[in-house]
Amino acid sequence: MAAPLRSVFMAVLARDMRLAWSQGGTGTMALSFFLIAVTLFAFGVGPEPQVLSRIAAGVIWVVALLACLLSLDRLYQADFEDGSLDDLALSPLGLAGVAGAKILAHWLATVLPLILITPLLGLFMHLGADGYLVLIASLMIGTPALSLIGSIGAALTVSVRRGGVLMALLVLPLYVPTLIFGVGAVDAALNMVTPMENLALLGAVSLVALVIGPIASAAALRLALE
Amino acid sequence: MHRFANPAEFNRLADRILPWSLAIMAGAFAAGLYLALFASPPDYQQGDSVRIMYVHVPAAWMAMFTYMVMAGASFTALVWRHPLADLAGKAAAPIGATFTALALVTGSLWGKPMWGTYWEWDGRMTSVLVLFFLYLGYMAVWQSMDDEAKAGRAASILALVGVANIPIIKFSVDWWNTLHQPASVMRMGGPTIDGTMLWPLLIMALAYKAYFVTVFLWRMKLEINRRKLSVLSQAEVYG
Amino acid sequence: MDQSAHSFDSQTLSGHGLACRRGGRLVFSGLDFSVAPGRLLFLHGKNGSGKSTLLRLIAGFLPASAGDLRYGTDVWDRGDAALSETLVYAGHDNGLKTALTLRENSEIYARIMTGRPIAADRLLDMADVFGLGALLDRPVRYFSSGQRHRASLMRFLLADRPVWLMDEPTVGLDADNRTALATLMQHHLDRGGIILAASHDPIGVAGDVLNVDECNSLAHAKDVAGGAFVAQYNNSLHPFWRED
Repeated sequence: MAAPLRSVFMAVLARDMRLAWSQGGTGTMALSFFLIAVTLFAFGVGPEPQVLSRIAAGVIWVVALLACLLSLDRLYQADFEDGSLDDLALSPLGLAGVAGAKILAHWLATVLPLILITPLLGLFMHLGADGYLVLIASLMIGTPALSLIGSIGAALTVSVRRGGVLMALLVLPLYVPTLIFGVGAVDAALNMVTPMENLALLGAVSLVALVIGPIASAAALRLALE
Repeated sequence: MHRFANPAEFNRLADRILPWSLAIMAGAFAAGLYLALFASPPDYQQGDSVRIMYVHVPAAWMAMFTYMVMAGASFTALVWRHPLADLAGKAAAPIGATFTALALVTGSLWGKPMWGTYWEWDGRMTSVLVLFFLYLGYMAVWQSMDDEAKAGRAASILALVGVANIPIIKFSVDWWNTLHQPASVMRMGGPTIDGTMLWPLLIMALAYKAYFVTVFLWRMKLEINRRKLSVLSQAEVYG
Repeated sequence: MDQSAHSFDSQTLSGHGLACRRGGRLVFSGLDFSVAPGRLLFLHGKNGSGKSTLLRLIAGFLPASAGDLRYGTDVWDRGDAALSETLVYAGHDNGLKTALTLRENSEIYARIMTGRPIAADRLLDMADVFGLGALLDRPVRYFSSGQRHRASLMRFLLADRPVWLMDEPTVGLDADNRTALATLMQHHLDRGGIILAASHDPIGVAGDVLNVDECNSLAHAKDVAGGAFVAQYNNSLHPFWRED
């Protein structure tokens, strides 16, 4: 009696989305961090609209990246600590499938809300009118790579006490291409150049991450189970 | 594959190689440094500051080369579970990180007379900086876990993910760089490099490689002894 | 008690010459066991002798450094889908999400393990086995540790798989719940299931005993003095790290 894998995948997905928004979940925390950190930049560089508007896309991208990183810290750690990672490992989906479902859940429950409030932050940062659509498009295309690559870091550090800092060290260098192409797309649009090249490259990075992410995460999780 | 699957065997091989690599290193450094610092002509454009190149360029080459050694060792460790392989990665990482740091520092010192500033977000420099971060991450994973076997495999997974990303990072940084400062960057070397400059460079590259082999073998022997020591102290604890 | 009446088409689960090494130390070696359908195997041994390690090895979480594990005639490799679809493992951690209710926890667990939803009345029956029926809609964070442990035992019912791996299942159970557990285990055996339980306590179900201590090289080695011990320890290492 082969279990319907689609249904198992959906169950893991729904479980993690549910947990992200229940008590102690990362959903609200990431969103609040995103809002606060972006406003801190205004305090840091001053309120001049020209300055803010020049750095708007970069700041929003960098802070979205950090919010994503902070929320990924607990992606597997909570399951590791309460023993449910053992259960997930015995599900018919296999660890790579479980990792895939959890990554997708992270993106839907934690990252997508960040993207949805970027227009508000664009307003705060005096983002040029031509930038909004491309900013959202670039985040939509690029942030899956952040969840996918971050998942590898989260899985590698799952059994490490205070693994969050270590995870940042491992993952941030790998985030460089996504950041460059993401901000590049918005800058291109603001300079009246087509952002398509940047968006295409951003998509390519996400696709590579889609190939590597679940497999490498599963390998790292298998290690954590030992 | 498993010919050197025994630490004693490996140590014997290392002891045979080490005198040679030490001799090559000493000779090549003596000749290379003399040629680079005294015998080679100053550049008609850059003056004497071109001499930094002889230290800088081989360091940058070795920074990349060592990461490849590490990635190869990691692959071997994960696929064939060879016990020496993850130790090889562990032994290589600090050497690679040092080469990377050397490339960054000398690049920065070279940048002052060339660009008028110690740090320029030049495409090459920036990629090397990211490479340095990758080394730090790899070493941090090794440090983070008590169980060496687990730490080794975790670090190996990270090294392989890193090696898949290096071309992407390199490409993205070049892309970003041309976006922000078109053609203002001084290009190194030029299409032709004169023999009087090429020879010292190649000899220095040989010296760096011999240095790598020597220190790498020393570190491997050290790691093997350390592992044996921990085995013996475990025996004491359980006894 | 609700149990779907079907019996399992299970095979003999056996281990041959199993050895496991953790952190450079050989936990056990030369371990053989065999459990036929409908049989229960108790794992006995001192703390640290490797009972939990053996269960985690069978569950595929740990690699065996020697030997193999067979289910019928199939050899199980670590992480095999066939392996993980056949067994349920409950270790020291209860696998419960404290923010969710017991009903939510159970429904999620059942769907993750079987891909199918579980009917509400069956779930109530399963919760009642351990006297948790009234608590189904309470968040697990309000549960006592005993209640959490009983909730974690529900995993064996929810997943409905032939091989049960139980690590200290009786910890924190009162007499009534022990009886309930014994009944449950007996019922599982009657259906042709297989149970391996690491436990010091007599559970009240007849079974064979495997003494893991006897496969533990260090346990013997304790009596050997000084240098001889180191030599013996040396032999317990991966060949790579032995002194020549």
